Amino acid sequence: MTQFLQTLFDGLTVGSLYALIALGYTMVYGILKFINFAHSDVFALGVWMTIVWSKWLGLGQPGAAPTPWYMGALVLVLAMASCGLVGFVIERVAYKPLRSAPRLNVLITAIGVSLLLQNTGQLKFVFGPYPKPIPSLIDSTELFSMMGVSVRMADVAVIGTAAALMIAMQWLIFGTKLGAAMRAVSFNTRNASLMGINVDLVISFTFVVGSMLAAAAGFLYAMKYEGQAKQTADSMWVMLGLKAFVAAVVGGIGNVRGAVIGGLLIGLIEFFGVSYLSSHYRDAYVFAILILVLLLRPEGVLGKATVEKV
Amino acid sequence: MVGVDDMLSVENLSVSYGAIKALHGISLRVERGEIVTLIGSNGAGKTTTLRTISGLVRAAAGSISFEGVPIGKLPPHQIVRMGIAQAPEGRGVFANMSVDENLSLGAYARHDKEQIDKDRQRALELFPRLRERLAQSAGTLSGGEQQMLAIARALLARPKLMLLDEPSLGLAPQVVATIFKIIREINAGGTTILLVEQNAHMALNVAHRAYVLEVGKIAMEGPAAELAKSDEVRRAYLGHG
Ligand SMILES: Nc1ncnc2c1ncn2[C@@H]1O[C@H](COP(=O)(O)OP(=O)(O)OP(=O)(O)O)[C@@H](O)[C@H]1O
Ligand SMILES: [Mg+2]
Repeated sequence: MTQFLQTLFDGLTVGSLYALIALGYTMVYGILKFINFAHSDVFALGVWMTIVWSKWLGLGQPGAAPTPWYMGALVLVLAMASCGLVGFVIERVAYKPLRSAPRLNVLITAIGVSLLLQNTGQLKFVFGPYPKPIPSLIDSTELFSMMGVSVRMADVAVIGTAAALMIAMQWLIFGTKLGAAMRAVSFNTRNASLMGINVDLVISFTFVVGSMLAAAAGFLYAMKYEGQAKQTADSMWVMLGLKAFVAAVVGGIGNVRGAVIGGLLIGLIEFFGVSYLSSHYRDAYVFAILILVLLLRPEGVLGKATVEKV
Repeated sequence: MVGVDDMLSVENLSVSYGAIKALHGISLRVERGEIVTLIGSNGAGKTTTLRTISGLVRAAAGSISFEGVPIGKLPPHQIVRMGIAQAPEGRGVFANMSVDENLSLGAYARHDKEQIDKDRQRALELFPRLRERLAQSAGTLSGGEQQMLAIARALLARPKLMLLDEPSLGLAPQVVATIFKIIREINAGGTTILLVEQNAHMALNVAHRAYVLEVGKIAMEGPAAELAKSDEVRRAYLGHG
């Protein structure tokens, strides 16, 4: 029972990180109909921005005083703002000139942007090639234990922040005028512009929001794994991003609620697989589910079956 | 040629899609308060004309001005803000959204909330069918209802000039009659209309003036009633031998 609950809790925690990243994949796909492969790098950048801003503010360094919660929140906001800016620039510089180009060209450009970000990050005057420790912004001792499940402050922060952001996204997309514009652009760009919607602005906004969510996921990842040393270009970043992408596909690419459900689902499958089957196949479970979904329900859990538009 | 009352004036407009030339230097004008119709058969370039006016397609040559301001280089959303709304070919409703949300999107560029509410009420008075279906997803509406929604949505932009692209397409005769009756009412309410149609009979009946477009060129123009009487138009577009 304890093992089950602990696995459930861990799966949901990591799953909510996948969900935050998956939202970015799915929103960009919904509007521009391509997979933004550079999105996992924006997530990694979120972790790095957390490291850099914390260091700059002198927070969470070895021997430093405990970080007050509002300073932690400040680092979160700064990381989100930096990544939002990077997302904005990526879209304007790399993708906007290709607005009417074939989707394959855009896809290849996205891979190029991804490589560019990875390699720029390793430059000596950027983040450098060597591992850097993640700051300890949060108390890592156990907060409480319930029915044998150990709950740390970091876990509460991760789940709480992720849930708050996802609820905010739900409100943004389904409850605001801007959200209606995003859905209109996603449905038909041309007709959206006939409504007086500034399509370029909506697309930029989508990239900024998606990048900010990825940055938040990066920050929360740093909360969960505080104290560990991480490398700039680690295949782990790509793997995490890839799993979030799988989550978006499993939930139904282009569907924001699907991204949340897909993220949680992937997190649960990964952790239950590790906990009850074997920890050797951590990544394999995720991709097995992808294959299964693509075979049985290619449109994803919440996606609608659509005929490819010409 | 350019009259003082011209609301819209299109001069020598040429438009190409890659190697295909769709418009070969057409000129037309719409005066304030008019219903002007642009008729022609399939592929004549009617939709291209409306798309170019709305800024969705860029002209290779020629000019478009609206109330004396050149709009040929403006992006579509700014053209809407200047007062030109379009109910596009194929209706273009957002099928994944409710009728209500579609109407709200029509007023997207506006901020005068009270007037928007009044305009919404007026649109729903013109199209009572839509009022019963406000919460329904627009994709589940019938073709006629979708056309009504497309026109109502364009009305919510509170346009000075409304562009309608084949509102009668695929609709039963009774529904077509209703739509044309409403077009007349909208015009009587002060909105100028440029109506693209293949249904020349109905279009010439409702319009003040007409242009006949044939493979990218204006073949004829004049008062609608006169064109309806001309042998050429009767033979080619009204089905009289
Ligand atoms: N996106 C496009 N790419 C290439 N050619 C196009 C495109 N759109 C229209 N055309 C061509 O331009 C010409 C004019 O098309 P347009 O749609 O303006 O005609 P139309 O008068 O609206 O016809 P219909 O009554 O069938 O709607 C046609 O020959 C058409 O094939
Ligand atoms: Mg047409």
